[in-house]
Amino acid sequence: MVPVSYYFALSAILFALGALGVLIRRNAIIIFMSVELMLNAANLLFVAFARMYEALQGQIYVFFVIAVAAAEVAVGLAIIVAIFRTKKSIDIDEMSSLKG
Amino acid sequence: MSIDLLLFFVLATVAVIAALGMLFSRNAVYSALFLILNFATVAVFFLLLGAPFIAMAQVTVYAGAIMVLFLFVIMLLGAERVEGRHRGGWQRPVAVLLTIVLLVESGYLIFVRSDLVGAVAPVASNYASPEAIGELLFSDYLLPFEITSVLLLAAMVGVIVLTKEEKLLREHTDVMENGKEEARSPQGAGGK
Repeated sequence: MVPVSYYFALSAILFALGALGVLIRRNAIIIFMSVELMLNAANLLFVAFARMYEALQGQIYVFFVIAVAAAEVAVGLAIIVAIFRTKKSIDIDEMSSLKG
Repeated sequence: MSIDLLLFFVLATVAVIAALGMLFSRNAVYSALFLILNFATVAVFFLLLGAPFIAMAQVTVYAGAIMVLFLFVIMLLGAERVEGRHRGGWQRPVAVLLTIVLLVESGYLIFVRSDLVGAVAPVASNYASPEAIGELLFSDYLLPFEITSVLLLAAMVGVIVLTKEEKLLREHTDVMENGKEEARSPQGAGGK
């Protein structure tokens, strides 16, 4: 049996890579994909702990996270499309209209 | 026993390499494909952890629907290579530093204070079968389940409103205003 701490470590690595992607990339779509990577790392940990405690609630949580992520991706991509229509760019450095 | 560990390390390597590939591809389409690979490996982890239902939901919803949406938008916008030259050179080292701090902190939690994390016990064969998940979902978690359906409907309506062509809305308001003016002008003419 693989110890839960290994899953914990893998999840932490994937989460850190997702956070790094949000911080260093400039393409809004890639940033969004990095957010999905972070969500997925959290899901992995949920399932690992559900297995450790032999409780199904963790898996139910993952199910809801997946459903909310689907809604979130649809809305987020619609916003990106709307921004692209007006600005002709999805580089987040260009989106500084609200900056003082 | 050791076959489990071997499988874990091979899959973990694939998952981390796929995440790195997603991060450092210059082309957004390659990033999306690497992310699909990562989601597929995580689905296999779910299977290893005894969560077949979640694994299948992961493959159909994440690797299927969500990533198709991503690829569709990338190709719709033609935004494969829109990333310009990088400005603000100080941001990148700071980001890497913060990520390393995050990793060290979680490593400390996992391996130094390891009392947080116990061992995986073998579970009954019907643990997390789709029947068990469905039973829990439709009894204890019925209300959140129904709220999720409302959330999905709201997201659907919101997306349609957000991506609707502005031109159509403008024409609509134009027609409304013209109608008002036409209604007003005979009055004005009558006054004269």
